Amino acid sequence: MLYSTTQMHIPDGFLTIIVSLFCWLITIGLLAVAVRKTNKILGEKQVPLMGIMAAFIFAAQMLNFPVAGGTSGHLLGGALAAIVLGPWAAMLVMTAVIAVQGLLFQDGGLIVMGANILNMGLLTAIVGYGLYRIASDKSTNTRLIAAGTAAWLSVMTGALATALQLWLSGTARLDIVVPAMLGVHVLIGIGEALITVAALAFIFRTRPDLLDESSASMQGSRAWIYPGVLVTFLVVLLSPLASTSPDGLERVAKDLGFLRTGSPLPFHVIPNYTFPILGNTPLATILAGALGVLVVLILGWLIGRALRTRNS
Amino acid sequence: MHDNVFDRYHAPHGTSESGSLLHRLDPRVKVLLTVLFILSNALLPDGAWLAFVFSWLLILAANPMAHLGLDFTFRRSFVALPFALAAITAIFSIPGKPLADWHVAGLTLIPTDMGLLRFVSILIRSWLSIQMAILLVATTQFPDLIHAFEHLRVPRILTTIIAFLYRYLFVLTDEVFRLMRAREARSATAMNRRAGGSLLWRAKVTGNMAGQLFLRSYERSDRIYNAMLSRGYIGDLRTLNAHTMFRRDWLILCAGLGCLVIIQLIGWIR
Repeated sequence: MLYSTTQMHIPDGFLTIIVSLFCWLITIGLLAVAVRKTNKILGEKQVPLMGIMAAFIFAAQMLNFPVAGGTSGHLLGGALAAIVLGPWAAMLVMTAVIAVQGLLFQDGGLIVMGANILNMGLLTAIVGYGLYRIASDKSTNTRLIAAGTAAWLSVMTGALATALQLWLSGTARLDIVVPAMLGVHVLIGIGEALITVAALAFIFRTRPDLLDESSASMQGSRAWIYPGVLVTFLVVLLSPLASTSPDGLERVAKDLGFLRTGSPLPFHVIPNYTFPILGNTPLATILAGALGVLVVLILGWLIGRALRTRNS
Repeated sequence: MHDNVFDRYHAPHGTSESGSLLHRLDPRVKVLLTVLFILSNALLPDGAWLAFVFSWLLILAANPMAHLGLDFTFRRSFVALPFALAAITAIFSIPGKPLADWHVAGLTLIPTDMGLLRFVSILIRSWLSIQMAILLVATTQFPDLIHAFEHLRVPRILTTIIAFLYRYLFVLTDEVFRLMRAREARSATAMNRRAGGSLLWRAKVTGNMAGQLFLRSYERSDRIYNAMLSRGYIGDLRTLNAHTMFRRDWLILCAGLGCLVIIQLIGWIR
């Protein structure tokens, strides 16, 4: 395969009908709004542009750089697309990319395509654009930092959503699949953030007009900050909760009618990972999550500064 | 890109130009039957072995109907196998009769018979579904497929984007190869020295390549639009394939639906 496949393209058979349909419902709802919005904003000229941009994302996913031990960093592109094209257009572009990957290469299934589009196209655009928009009227440096953070978090959001869908379908165990998916994507997300920041820095240097006030990039309103921050907050909140106290989420899912396996689970988790001082309380897990975001912000700032000094 | 790396269409050898029965079938029927087949797999209960076997027989029968080898889809059906890793934990999470008792890294893992049943069923469902999807794209040209989706009420703007994506995928992939070749050409290694710079530097180079690719695509889209405008583009893509449903298409649709209903009955009545 020419482009790198990620662990995020769910094949058919791994999600139950209920979870698949539920994801399709959200996806179709969001896409319907995206179609209406883009039809309003875009003239006939932008339709070829969006098609080429979809091909660009597809092709850009083939770019990679060696990291270590045969693994390589590469791009998913959801955040980059949202930052460059604006959120609604990015949603359509990412949907086209995921649809072709699923249809043509069987990379991701058809019935579960709603979930795949949601995880890799819509959530990444929401988080990517929402967080970038916070800093979009600040200095180039700040914008790059925001973009890097947004790119990293967009990958983590997609990974967490995938893990939760697998668990809701009874395909995977919550306390294993969430840490496993997030663990793998912490690194993939760093690759994503680095490429996104460097690509944006390159565009800032060569075609700053594509990212300034009147560009497509700024067509999403500032209100995008709210869903972006909200989803980020949910990810930060859910990730540690799901890995340390799965019982709580199991309970919620059961109440919502997702989980049919009602009887107590036949395994017992030994919680050998607790937050040092506070013990294993919800407060501690949320604190750990907040700490994680802080670390990422600092990392993003450092990386942004490093790239900046090299550029000048 | 000079060979058909991205083209999944397989014209049958040694037959007339119009191809086999499945190639000539209306793409809407093919899309509908494929989606319903995958849906049927997802609806079958865990461990409905007989129904799984019948689903597979349906695929086995469809392969020669398309004048492709009997094992055409089978040989290509293992692309989703790595994802099976994600389902392994199902073995330990479904309540049932315990089969063993393992302690690994702070977790107590108890594989159960029901868990194993679920795991194997998930793999079979995914494997069957992928084969049908492979058959769909092997017997339908991509523009026809897009056209079928248009008929099935997928918004025009989305199908147009997908059509463009497919057309320019080949061009932009060439562009990616050009960029990678340029990177290779500038990445000479001196003896006894570590090549490639730091991780951050390598990431930056790749990011610059992505930025470069973006600009080349962006500027190309301008040229493409002008070229299309000069040839009479008014905002939508057209096709010469009218796609009318003949009696043969209705018959196959009904036969396919009948098979799926029978498979469901076999799966649920035991």
